[in-house]
Amino acid sequence: MTAIAWLLPVALGLGLLGLLAFNWALRSGQMDDLEGAAWRALDDAPLSKTPMQDQAATEAANGSGSR
Amino acid sequence: MAEALSIDTAAGHPAKAAPGATTATLAVEGMHCGGCMRKVEQALLKVPDVVAARANLSSRRVAVTLAGPMRSPDALIAALDAVGFKASPLAEETSAKEAGEDRAYLRRLAVAGFAAANIMLLSVSVWSGVGNDMPASLQTLFHWLSAIIAVPAVAYAGQPFFTSARQALAGRRLNMDVPISLGVLLATGMSFYQTMRGSEQVYFDAAVTLLFFLLIGRYLDLTMRRRAAGAAANLLALKATSATVMLDTGATERLATGDVAPGMRLLIAAGERIPVDARVASSGDGLVDESLITGETRPRRVAAGDLLYSGTVSLTGPIEAVAVAREDNTLLAEIARLMQTAEQARGRYVRLADRAAAIYAPAVHGLGLATFLGWMMVGAGWETSLTAAIAVLIITCPCALALAVPAVQVVAVGRLFRQGIIVKSGDALERLADVDTIVLDKTGTLTEGRPRLIDAGAIASDALVLAASLALSSRHPYAQAVVRAAKERGLHVAARAGVAEVAGAGLHAQDDDGEVRLGSASFCGGTDTDNAEATLWLKAGTAKPIAFVFEDALRSDARDVIGHLAAQGQRLELLSGDREGAVAEAAAAVGIATWAAQRRPDEKIKHIEALKAQSRNVLMVGDGLNDAPALAAGTASMSPSSASDISQTTADVVFQGEHLAPIAEALAVAKLAKRRSLQNFALAIGYNIVFVPLAIAGLVTPLVAAIAMSASSIAVTANALRLQLAKTGVRT
Repeated sequence: MTAIAWLLPVALGLGLLGLLAFNWALRSGQMDDLEGAAWRALDDAPLSKTPMQDQAATEAANGSGSR
Repeated sequence: MAEALSIDTAAGHPAKAAPGATTATLAVEGMHCGGCMRKVEQALLKVPDVVAARANLSSRRVAVTLAGPMRSPDALIAALDAVGFKASPLAEETSAKEAGEDRAYLRRLAVAGFAAANIMLLSVSVWSGVGNDMPASLQTLFHWLSAIIAVPAVAYAGQPFFTSARQALAGRRLNMDVPISLGVLLATGMSFYQTMRGSEQVYFDAAVTLLFFLLIGRYLDLTMRRRAAGAAANLLALKATSATVMLDTGATERLATGDVAPGMRLLIAAGERIPVDARVASSGDGLVDESLITGETRPRRVAAGDLLYSGTVSLTGPIEAVAVAREDNTLLAEIARLMQTAEQARGRYVRLADRAAAIYAPAVHGLGLATFLGWMMVGAGWETSLTAAIAVLIITCPCALALAVPAVQVVAVGRLFRQGIIVKSGDALERLADVDTIVLDKTGTLTEGRPRLIDAGAIASDALVLAASLALSSRHPYAQAVVRAAKERGLHVAARAGVAEVAGAGLHAQDDDGEVRLGSASFCGGTDTDNAEATLWLKAGTAKPIAFVFEDALRSDARDVIGHLAAQGQRLELLSGDREGAVAEAAAAVGIATWAAQRRPDEKIKHIEALKAQSRNVLMVGDGLNDAPALAAGTASMSPSSASDISQTTADVVFQGEHLAPIAEALAVAKLAKRRSLQNFALAIGYNIVFVPLAIAGLVTPLVAAIAMSASSIAVTANALRLQLAKTGVRT
């Protein structure tokens, strides 16, 4: 019986963690361009000259978004 | 990983990366793969002031961040043009709002999914524990845990259904969301009550799973409509929105098309669209491509005093003209109005799922009520009676029904999308399935819509290169055809310096070897014998002029596709604004017996109305602006992606590429989709026939309800997915 006492919170907690992870992915715009993301994985070129550029671009893409 | 990290930091700080930075969104045509995305991004990063650019392949858009305020998108558009992409600026607000709504749906879907999975985990434990050694107290604990997850999840994830149901009821209508909301709310409410009493009749799992599946169906529907609407917005952005106006001082100014008043002097550059109807004022003559209005491929020669129609393209330029109408008074606007009227008739189409709901909802509610009253009459007490009635509502909750059609349509639309066929809405697919008559336009639909050099083989390579080197500096369709022919032969063409264009005559260049001319017979000293207008001549020095003959070639698979469609039992007609000879010839070449020539837009509508009056379902396929009203009048409509913007916006389906096969493919897939939808309805009804009597009898336990619910949803989805692999017998 004691197994249940810790298994239940662990199971629910893991589920909740998944939900939060999804929510984070959603908010950071990773669901905005599923087609493009598949292609970007094959792109060998460095992402951009500085991380700053990438951040700004992501932000722009998030703000004005997809579809 | 660097990208993921930067996303994380960006999400936390909604402020802009640099103070004063602005963003712009551009619609980019022809972006298809990862390579294109990179080209687009890199081209934009080379533009001064551009800090960042991120392409979105799903929406065919690119978001650009600039260091300072954006003065004009022209530099960005030019940069993309240089690498071969046509771009146009988009209004910011709409796309941001769409993205927000999209994410809200996904979040609801995630919450419902989380709740469904975890409650199912608890429920399965309870079911497997019943009859074994599970103590009642533990069972109650599990029910309470389920309740804690289910109640907020239903309250949050169910919102779209509740809102829609409330709106329907307020308007004294019934839609599919009314039985859905009632079923979910009653199931949750009753389960909560039973949990408090420590009973076994707890249906949280059924309620939340139901919601999860329904949200999938709803989300699929939404993304499909969004994709279509986004494509339409991208198209509309391509429309010419400004005009160059000459002021009295002699200076020029760019004005929005809406601000151009009659009497203003306009300057129309080569290749530019004419903003409003205007009368030519310049002394020389020019050529105007009026295929948009008339469907005629040959450019019209205009001289002082001639009327120019808005939306047509000036080929030689610049032309000076005096505006004679406001934007909303032009022939173009008149066509748009005709189109709207025709479209209203189509608005009466009722979607398959809604037709089903109109019968289904009252039947289900009646059944639930009858069950309650029946059990009361046999004296079962109100609690048993209510439990049985709610079980009926849960079982009949149109989960499979609400999933049946969207699932099929998403699979069908996705399949067509990968083949370059864009279907704008789900009901377009339904209407397409009913088509039994196909009316085609000639220019640009049956044909490629641009002239092609037909005797290219007879012309020596060096002559072709010479002609092409002159032709490169002109936007005339014949000149472009010469350049294409040279490139197709693999010849290297370099633009020649010092080429001058003589409006209405041709091009000439003077260099050490003497004068080279490319143009009309009289301009080049050729003989005006065969097909004078459709022939271009090249004269180099004193040599004999060489003739170039053009034709508007039929699409390469036109005959095969027409034959295939005729074999399928479709009635085919050719309806064109072009002159009779050309139409008759094209009709004979592809094997269409019924044709009509020289039809104006309103006559085309009349023809389609007449066909519809014979209770025929007409598919209109056309590309020109002159087809747009007819496209709206048809039961369904298709247009090639080379069509005018208005036609593409009006058409239900837009197909890309050089072939006609997409017409046959889209029809075949639409018919398959309809068959699958009906099969899915049959599955859903069959499942009801089995389980409703059990529910009425009060035999549906939570376990039975959960299994029945999931099984039927999975069955209809699996049936829809089969469409992905089905063969249509069309070679594309």
